[in-house]
Amino acid sequence: MMIDIQDLRVSFGDGADAVTAVDGVTLSVREGESFGLVGESGSGKSTVLRAVSGLNDDWTGRIAVAGAEQGPKRQKGFYKLCQMVFQDPYGSLHPRHTVDRILAEPIAIHGLGDADARIDRVLRDVGLGPSFRFRYPHQLSGGQRQRVAIARALVLEPRVLLLDEPTSALDVSVQAEILNLLRRLRAEHGLTLVLVTHNLAVVANLCDRLAVMNRGRLVEEMTVEDLRRGAAREPYTLQLLRASQGYDRATAESFRDYA
Amino acid sequence: MTDDTPLLEVSNLRVAFPTRTGMAEAVRGVSFTLGREKLGIVGESGSGKSMTGRSILRLVPPPGRVTADRLAFDGGDLLAASPKRMRDIRGRRIAMVMQDPKYSLNPVMTVGRQIAEAYRVHSKAGAAEAKRRALEMLAAVRIRDPERVYDRYPHEVSGGMGQRIMIAMMLIPDPDLLIADEPTSALDVTVQMQVLAILDDLCSQRGMGMIFVSHDLNLVASFCDRILIMYAGRVVESCRASELHAAQHPYTRGLLASLPKIDEPPGDLPVLSRDPAWLEA
Repeated sequence: MMIDIQDLRVSFGDGADAVTAVDGVTLSVREGESFGLVGESGSGKSTVLRAVSGLNDDWTGRIAVAGAEQGPKRQKGFYKLCQMVFQDPYGSLHPRHTVDRILAEPIAIHGLGDADARIDRVLRDVGLGPSFRFRYPHQLSGGQRQRVAIARALVLEPRVLLLDEPTSALDVSVQAEILNLLRRLRAEHGLTLVLVTHNLAVVANLCDRLAVMNRGRLVEEMTVEDLRRGAAREPYTLQLLRASQGYDRATAESFRDYA
Repeated sequence: MTDDTPLLEVSNLRVAFPTRTGMAEAVRGVSFTLGREKLGIVGESGSGKSMTGRSILRLVPPPGRVTADRLAFDGGDLLAASPKRMRDIRGRRIAMVMQDPKYSLNPVMTVGRQIAEAYRVHSKAGAAEAKRRALEMLAAVRIRDPERVYDRYPHEVSGGMGQRIMIAMMLIPDPDLLIADEPTSALDVTVQMQVLAILDDLCSQRGMGMIFVSHDLNLVASFCDRILIMYAGRVVESCRASELHAAQHPYTRGLLASLPKIDEPPGDLPVLSRDPAWLEA
């Protein structure tokens, strides 16, 4: 198993104000697998990802990545293994750093040599090429920025990429380019992907297996083949599937809240 | 108004912004007419779809310049209308719902008072009458406990509820035309469908016309009656919503093809290659 999560719980706030964002989630992702974590806002899907990546240190349960048990704090070596890409490429790149400096930073942090060749290689790998190397983020389109964010994650040659809504801030034509890029990178580098999204069609395109979350709990796990056939077991998943199929007056009427 | 006067006539609409290298046109000659129907305007970011919606209400910020051969609402010229006349039209006759309720509601005023205010600005009603109407409107957008929500501040309500509150506020003066700019993009899919159902019912019950600006082709195709597809400030294609799948323009076809679909096997998606000829098509 590349990622093994047992009974993960995350809550925010204290006492009467405490909110349980993740409520006993158990799941595992195999090496080389592309796994989708799907849910609506507030379902806890991003919080699971943030706990795995070490961005949230206040959790209970068990998280193991590549066989290594993780505590609240991550060792530096962890980030050589596991990197994250965020939703908003307008917010996740330093506006006053060039692409070169953005990509050089992780190399310096991890004391890897050969920065010049690494940056050149990773830029080609994400389809940008050397001409983008000394530009600033504001000189790039949204899709180009997301490619830089993916390059920053890949420059350390990790084995796991955690992706938090990587295409939902992009136009559909650009989304297609980024999905194709992620598929190619996964195949070439044997990456394990964990993709958090609200978009079932994106999961169907890029993932092998998925888990559906609602209000902090894992509702059901299924293969993408089952998703494609509409073979969900849980009513909540079936409702999500219906809602993804476009507007229909009668369908909208049938929606209910699942606790 | 007779039935054969269109609600809105737009002919050769242009919106331009001055830049260091001359005028940059965000909207380049858009023409359409709108009856009491749901018209979708679809396009990617930068296509001019939002600017088209804003220019109808003359809400394009300076130094942007709006010109048109004709921009008429209910037979009256909007471009020649005085600021006072525009204030009467905005809200009362043409209302606009924006994308994000977080930034569009007043954070230091309860939502009930904001809705009541929208009513009082456009009618001579007293405070008690306005409150009664506001509560009715909250119920009409299917808020379960209107009395309780009336006294809430915007930060105390969820995104879906905030968007319904915005819609209630926009619809309380009973406008003839609603311009909705990505009204449901910030919402979860199930809430999105419920909000659309409310708009759908209000259109059919009140005979309101609606311009629905969105980037989501499938959503627009399933919700609207007619669609304009915009690219680089122009309408490249218009069709009945039910016939979007048979669209002819290579841009529209490219956009449709680039959408991942749940029932298709995984694999590379066709990528849109932009033809410079589309800029003039």
